[in-house]
Amino acid sequence: MTAIVYLVIYLGALAFLAGSVARAARYARTPAHLRWELYPVPHEEPERARHGGSYFEESDWWTRTVRFSLWGELKAMIPEMVFLKGLWEFNRPMWTRSFPFHFGLYLVAASMLLLLAGALVSLAAPKLLTAPVGGVLHHLYRTAGLAGAVLVIAGALALLAKRLADDNLKNYTTPGDLFNLLFFVATFGILLAGYLLRPPGFSGSLSLAASLLSFDTGVQIPGLLGAGLVLGAALAAYIPLTHMSHFIGKYFTYHSIRWDDQPSVKSEKLRRRVAEYLTYKPTWAARHVGADGTRTWADIAMANPAQEVKK
Amino acid sequence: MSRPIRLEDMSRPDRRPLTHLENEDLIPLPAPLDDPAKDHNWTPLSEQAREKYECLLDDTCAVSIPRPKSKEEEDQLVARFLSGLSKLFSRENNWTFLQPLLLTMEHCARCQTCSEACHIFEASGGNELYRPTFRSEVMRRLYFKYVKKGGLLGAWQHGDIKLNWPMVARLIELSYRCNLCRRCAQTCPIGADNGLVAHELRKLFSQEMGIAAKELHDTGSMLQLKVGSSTGMNAEVVKDNIAFIDEDISEKTGIKIETPWDVEGADVLLIHNAGEILAWPENPAAFALILTAAGIKWTLSSELAGYDSINYGLWYDDAQFARVAVKHAEAALKLKVKKIVLGECGHAHKALSVVADRVLMGDLNIPRESSMTLLRDIVMSGRLKLDPSRNDFPVTLHDPCNLVRLMGVVEPQREVVRTICPKFREMEPHGVDNYCCGGGSGFAIMSGHNFPDWRFHVSGRKKLEQILKAFADCLDPAVPKYLCAPCSNCKGQLRDLLAYYNIWEKHRILYGGLVELIVNAMADIRPGFIEWEWH
Repeated sequence: MTAIVYLVIYLGALAFLAGSVARAARYARTPAHLRWELYPVPHEEPERARHGGSYFEESDWWTRTVRFSLWGELKAMIPEMVFLKGLWEFNRPMWTRSFPFHFGLYLVAASMLLLLAGALVSLAAPKLLTAPVGGVLHHLYRTAGLAGAVLVIAGALALLAKRLADDNLKNYTTPGDLFNLLFFVATFGILLAGYLLRPPGFSGSLSLAASLLSFDTGVQIPGLLGAGLVLGAALAAYIPLTHMSHFIGKYFTYHSIRWDDQPSVKSEKLRRRVAEYLTYKPTWAARHVGADGTRTWADIAMANPAQEVKK
Repeated sequence: MSRPIRLEDMSRPDRRPLTHLENEDLIPLPAPLDDPAKDHNWTPLSEQAREKYECLLDDTCAVSIPRPKSKEEEDQLVARFLSGLSKLFSRENNWTFLQPLLLTMEHCARCQTCSEACHIFEASGGNELYRPTFRSEVMRRLYFKYVKKGGLLGAWQHGDIKLNWPMVARLIELSYRCNLCRRCAQTCPIGADNGLVAHELRKLFSQEMGIAAKELHDTGSMLQLKVGSSTGMNAEVVKDNIAFIDEDISEKTGIKIETPWDVEGADVLLIHNAGEILAWPENPAAFALILTAAGIKWTLSSELAGYDSINYGLWYDDAQFARVAVKHAEAALKLKVKKIVLGECGHAHKALSVVADRVLMGDLNIPRESSMTLLRDIVMSGRLKLDPSRNDFPVTLHDPCNLVRLMGVVEPQREVVRTICPKFREMEPHGVDNYCCGGGSGFAIMSGHNFPDWRFHVSGRKKLEQILKAFADCLDPAVPKYLCAPCSNCKGQLRDLLAYYNIWEKHRILYGGLVELIVNAMADIRPGFIEWEWH
């Protein structure tokens, strides 16, 4: 039983990683599209970023050094990632439901990382985990995990209720959306119940994590907790297959689209990439495009259908 | 308003439009325009139009798609739609926008955060059809069903949709109910872009099916590529018109102006939206006065499309977009100018400066600059003797989306108006958070059937509300007021919108460009460059 749970957890983690990497790689391999940025672009110089300005506000901008403000990006990214600033600003009713859900996930992820780090230390240098370090660590992962699970459940239920009750959302809600939220409620509900109702002899989360890392199947996993862990692994494997992998998509929508203001004149690499795309041979069927499968994008851009018709 | 619209209604086989708007459904305008009963009645779409064209969406018809004559023809059109849909997601056919489109298809959380940001959705009183995610959700379901071939599992996860000709016909029209201002995208927490979806749908219809609004294609980009300008002016005609403007303005201002043409090695190739030359000749005249007075070595070009900065391909077709951008760059290359400066035209700014940057390779990548920047430098440098008291009337500034939210040129025009207009006030919201004029994405030049009724009642409504609020303290017609809109397309919409609601007669609000304000403040020319009769 324990071995099966471990195996499912390994597979779930592997599927999560592989699915996430595959999705990210798929987006990363798409061509460098035409520029489509939206202002404000936070890595602009601070005095311009404040009002949403760009380097186009400077005369002869191409002769000047384009500065990249990492601090500006961080100031925009961190509140967005941690506190869902955009939702707070533009959709407060949704934020009150979505923020607990997401923040709960962050807490659970932090708890897992602490547990795994603690487990590694306990395997490599158990003396380091004696009091008070071990005690502090225990309180940290326990508090983060419990609070996180509660927030996830509360957030997911609130989102579910809104999806079912709000006319603005109903038209766009699919059975899959409802399933996704229920999947979170069930997983974290069972995990929480499994932990809180653990039998007196349970060896503890840290030793469970350590035995998971060392594949020590001698540890007894309580049934309910085991079911929660299996569901958690399945959920992790499922996320990259859905739009819930927006933690990946969001990187690209912000850095590669919204904030991508790189002028080609400043990038040899970009010019090389575009030169390659211009050799592609499109097959659009409308006559004015003139894409017969042999002409490249460059040929098409240089052609003039209005004057060809004239001939 | 009719019953709430559902996504599946898009496939409804009957020929009844999905929605109908009454004045009472719309958000109220500020007083004294707040009585829906006194608002214009909508001109109904004629029976002939309904009979001849696929007008199945709402009260109007933007594209005039002829009705297929048989079921076979309908099936062929649906097959072509599907073929185009798959091309939108292929690298070879759509390298230009594949990544943003994929991300928008695969990551929208359908939280509807974007809805409140959309001026069309808001102005319509929250009509479901105009919700930014409505068309995106239709396309998303089509993507998962037909491109990703999701089958039953896909339908369960992403929702199902029925594809038939009425759905395609409605989707064509629906892609022309968005101004592509991308205010919705700005608010999306995930970065999904519903404006892009409308743009890509228009591309599919144009590039695969040969269907586009005729004002954008036949009398837009095709005419520009044929004679040099979508106004129909060829090089000789445009030169004649400019010569007439020069003569007229020299007489009016007392400053001898002779617009230079085809000057090799000039510092600046100025490209106007040629619509200015015909509709607002004071705008190119004011540019000529300013550049001449500032001692700039500048020129216009008489090359094909070199005298008309418009690029309607930006709104519906990548091939047409690239061709016009190349023509602009070739004109500059031929004259060996140091840079191109774009006149007061928002979409021309974004098209040539931003979007075309990854089309114009090698020698064609001539430096491009906004006239806002050049004008700011001229005004702030003290090269012109300016008397702000000549602009002693209330002024507000409209931010063209393409110039501001989509290009980041926000402050230069403000520095100018703050310097020369003592009674300047901002609209709210402004800058990158502005609202579209309602004429964006080609609507300003689209006047088929009763489409103007829709663009004044719905897409332009939020802007009208903003304008009236900006001048709320001085709406009295005794006080002339100036709405500065440094964009030809926006001016086209504002001209028609203000006339529709009799705003000049009621409140003495005149619209115009930025250069007119600068020239009006130039101490060396005769006072009164701005004529209030221009309304």
